[in-house]
Amino acid sequence: MPLIDISGLSVSFGPVSAVRDVSFHVSEGESYGIVGESGSGKSTVLRAICGLTPVTGGSIVIDGETLEGPRKPDFYRHVQMVFQDPYASLHPRHTVDKVLSEPLAIHGFVDAEKRVERALEEVGLGSGFRFRYPHQLSGGQRQRVAIARALILEPRVMLLDEPTSALDASIQAEVLNLLDRLRSERGLTYILVSHDLAVVAHMCERLLVMQHGRAVEELTRAHLQAHEATQPYTRDLLAASEGYRPDPALRHP
Amino acid sequence: MNPDRLKNAGSKALLTVDDLRIAFPSRHGPVEVVRGVSFALGRERLGIVGESGSGKSQTGRAILGLTPRPGRATARTLDFDGIDLRHATPAAWRSLRGIRISMIMQDPKFSLNPVMTIGRQLIEAARRTSSRAESKDRAMAMLEAVQIHDPYRVFGAYPHELSGGMGQRAMIAMMLITEPDLLIADEPTSALDVTVQIEVLRILDRLVTDRGMGLIFISHDLRLVSSFCDRVLVMYAGRVVEEVKAKDLIRAKHPYTQGLFKCLPLIDGDRAPLPTLQRDADWAL
Repeated sequence: MPLIDISGLSVSFGPVSAVRDVSFHVSEGESYGIVGESGSGKSTVLRAICGLTPVTGGSIVIDGETLEGPRKPDFYRHVQMVFQDPYASLHPRHTVDKVLSEPLAIHGFVDAEKRVERALEEVGLGSGFRFRYPHQLSGGQRQRVAIARALILEPRVMLLDEPTSALDASIQAEVLNLLDRLRSERGLTYILVSHDLAVVAHMCERLLVMQHGRAVEELTRAHLQAHEATQPYTRDLLAASEGYRPDPALRHP
Repeated sequence: MNPDRLKNAGSKALLTVDDLRIAFPSRHGPVEVVRGVSFALGRERLGIVGESGSGKSQTGRAILGLTPRPGRATARTLDFDGIDLRHATPAAWRSLRGIRISMIMQDPKFSLNPVMTIGRQLIEAARRTSSRAESKDRAMAMLEAVQIHDPYRVFGAYPHELSGGMGQRAMIAMMLITEPDLLIADEPTSALDVTVQIEVLRILDRLVTDRGMGLIFISHDLRLVSSFCDRVLVMYAGRVVEEVKAKDLIRAKHPYTQGLFKCLPLIDGDRAPLPTLQRDADWAL
């Protein structure tokens, strides 16, 4: 049985349908990608799973339990989200220590001290970073803090919303490696949302292509690498991610 | 473009930059963010790549004399078509900026005036080189030239009524309406979706090819720059570490450039973990 089963998910904001009839399932320990351009509804799917957006249709089942309405605190122990912009998702006046201690206090962990230290170590930041403010960190370090914050509750599922698109290429490689290592060490399940097909192809075994709120097609990594996309939109995305091609109508002198 | 406007047409460089330095004061004395950048630009597409903080955007701004205070830009030569930009008077700058040298910024959301329609902003730009009567026609023609299929709607629209790709096209139209000789594009497509990105680049490509405009294309995206530009400068810590032909970028010699290429995930690649960039303190010397 899949760990996450989403069927016929729809989300509307007034007259606008952001997500229309999207279904997919993710097994335990799998890494699943959602690719699409801005406005395709890919982030809204993640927010709907997390309970941050009201769902207008369909069902979300995690570990046999159908999720409806506000999530219970217990849900967030098992499902955690990492947001796109590490400059916006950390409180500017909270130290790293406070950012990491808060979820522990909410969930009533007693050995907060040790867990904060271990979480920082796991994401490759030493204890020297513990009492710094976000403005004293670089973008890559901030995203590591955001990952540590999500990991500190020892979740089973991580929802990653464009975790590296605000970072430089060299920093992106480090963060992707970190996420890869954490998944294999802890057997985490990922849903990774990105506009970058290469990032998703690198991180995920299976992926869903979305456009205008609908699922266009589901592909495995092998299919993607063999360029076996059946839908024209997916082929456009594949071609566009290989760089610039001059307009065939334009002749260079 | 009117070729008579160019004093130094032909093989001579449009823009010559020699030993450009930009320094910002700090508590520990001045910090140089650009340290001796030199290059010459003809009627071509020159790419400048580098990570955030490498000084690539500051280089672009300094050419237009837009180094933010209290920073100071100095150079041995900063020459645009025979005009010495180092000692340009405010009046000289007014006759250059937006008319002969234009700049496209990264995000149309922050660069368009939110309380003016696109049409009014375009006419405001066009009025600098043409009469009131002509301006509206030119604005319409320019919107068509940047592949906006519905120019009447866009002309009367406010920036918030347009999508990112549309807004960026409108901004390109605004920057090109005076038919500049040199266009500085600072991450012009980074805020756009990949499929829209290619359309916007094709517009720039056509303008360089048809009008013989010089283009400085500043980007952090190596793959894009290597497929779009003619020549590429790779910047690291305020210096140009390497200059290569764009199509040879993948075979670049400098370990920094190689490292940047290797750490990109590939659709066809199967390398876990990704090679990370091992920085060498010597690169920054």
